[in-house]
Amino acid sequence: MLSKKQARAFFLGGTLVTFLIFIGLTIFSFSKENDQTNRENLTAEVVRGKEIWESNNCMGCHTILGEGAYYAPELTKVVDRLNIRYDGNGEEVIKSILMSPSPWQLNGRKMVAYGMTEQEASDVVAFFNWIGKIDLNGFERVVSPLAKEKINK
Amino acid sequence: MKYKSQKVAYWFFALSMLLLVLQITYGFIMGFARMGMDGLHEFIPFNTARAVHTNLLVVWLLSGFMGAAYYIIPEEAQRELVNVKLAYVQLISLALVGVTAIIGFHFNIWEGRKFLEIPRPLDYLVVVNVLLFLGLILTTLFKGKQQTTTALVLSMGLLFAALLYLPGMLPFDSQVTDSFFRWWVVHLWVEGVWELIMGGILSFLLIKLTGVDREVIEKWLYVIVGLTFLSGVLGTGHHYYYIGVNKIWLVVGGIFSALEPLAFLAMALFAVNMYRKGEKKHPNKLALYWTLGAAIVSFVGAGLLGFAHTLPQTNIYTHGTLVTAMHGHLAFWGAYGMIVFAIISYSLPNMTGRKLYDSSRGRMAYWLTNIGMIGMTVAFGVAGVAQVYLERKFKMDFMLVQKEIAVHFLVLVLCATMFATGITLFIIDFYKHGRPSDEALEIEE
Repeated sequence: MLSKKQARAFFLGGTLVTFLIFIGLTIFSFSKENDQTNRENLTAEVVRGKEIWESNNCMGCHTILGEGAYYAPELTKVVDRLNIRYDGNGEEVIKSILMSPSPWQLNGRKMVAYGMTEQEASDVVAFFNWIGKIDLNGFERVVSPLAKEKINK
Repeated sequence: MKYKSQKVAYWFFALSMLLLVLQITYGFIMGFARMGMDGLHEFIPFNTARAVHTNLLVVWLLSGFMGAAYYIIPEEAQRELVNVKLAYVQLISLALVGVTAIIGFHFNIWEGRKFLEIPRPLDYLVVVNVLLFLGLILTTLFKGKQQTTTALVLSMGLLFAALLYLPGMLPFDSQVTDSFFRWWVVHLWVEGVWELIMGGILSFLLIKLTGVDREVIEKWLYVIVGLTFLSGVLGTGHHYYYIGVNKIWLVVGGIFSALEPLAFLAMALFAVNMYRKGEKKHPNKLALYWTLGAAIVSFVGAGLLGFAHTLPQTNIYTHGTLVTAMHGHLAFWGAYGMIVFAIISYSLPNMTGRKLYDSSRGRMAYWLTNIGMIGMTVAFGVAGVAQVYLERKFKMDFMLVQKEIAVHFLVLVLCATMFATGITLFIIDFYKHGRPSDEALEIEE
């Protein structure tokens, strides 16, 4: 039967080993040859866009990389999606929403009216363009057999 | 109650209950907004309501954990708390930091990082506050007559929780790296070190309520927290599947997060077995309900519902949907909310001297909160699965899908009303116990 000493050894040993593996995998993930975070295209504009994204808590409604609040649309591929819907004018549509002095209210839910400057809106678009090119291990490409026909059309 | 200084815990529990009421209020604002009733949008937009809701969750639970530590550590170490005045300073500063952060959220002052929205200057104050708390707890523990496993596991959980707050303060230019290290805080808290805290409190309560030998309970406590870390640390990988990092996390996260329910299963079996084994029939039935309930509901909410969408093949469709909210609500309630309620139910009669052990109001509070929360979980689950099929599988527009699933939020709000009624009854019971008193020292069981 397991003794208390053995149980403690199991706890301490297991924790130490898994934590070391975890650190090792973290280093592996961000090493140059395994990195897929689109790091090489991080410009000053993108970084400013991220700061604007955070300082307005956009994640409090939207999701990005699938993370956020599920109250407003996922924005990882928003430029591509709006380009299809608005004949290649996706970036302009996003900018007009961000610069609008009154709340954007398509399909009922209100968005806060941020009234951003042209520069700020461009920075956020740069952030979206950068994030749209990250390799997400298939999350951005997955198509269920239920929608294959719709996508092919 | 064995030591006068244990009374500090009462005020941490009172703060905890106050913040919980506020958290629920903001939850209702979000529920109505999802049904299209967003009349408060101008003053409390959805992102504000959400930041308040989730941050209050963290703060009321932390306040509950701290209260638990102030009650448990002196009793386990067999001495008074080293400095009671500083404990009150810590309580007031915790409340001030929390309230300041919440007011700031209403004025667009935040970091905008899920669960870690508190702005950076306040982060430093949180660190100072937690250091003060840890200083008091650890000094009391190591100056005490004994260092029990229960006290060590609880303190270790609190210490690691403080250390793990630090990676969340590192600045990153890349959203991917930012998110990666944000999960070091959030995941390793709730699926790691917070389970140590839960395990420590559970162990203390089982020793007190069942009378089973401490050595037996503490041996199994080591096994449970061992299983928690063995699966939970590498299980962090389930947050890394689709955020822009290497595919290796699909394998590692998939395997280890699938093992995570084992720790919760072990905890549930452990609690039920100790109860059955125990010869002591403690009169505090409500504390026993909450203790066993925490172990069982956490297995369902955190273990089973977590497993339901943790495999990469499932998560590719459920990632970023309301399925996460389904799992999150029952998991937090079962694992952490209920254990805080358990230690409050156990310690309150001891601190106040009023042995209101088995009131019908207390039992109603237990059943209404649990049935209400299960109803909310089902409502989130149905809405989430419908969202997955319509939006992710049939490729319908996000907003059209939201309109289709709005009706489930009516069910959610109804169940939340039942839950809130239970919480109200619990708080009435809390109030009826009266204030903590030194006279309670003489009426110890």
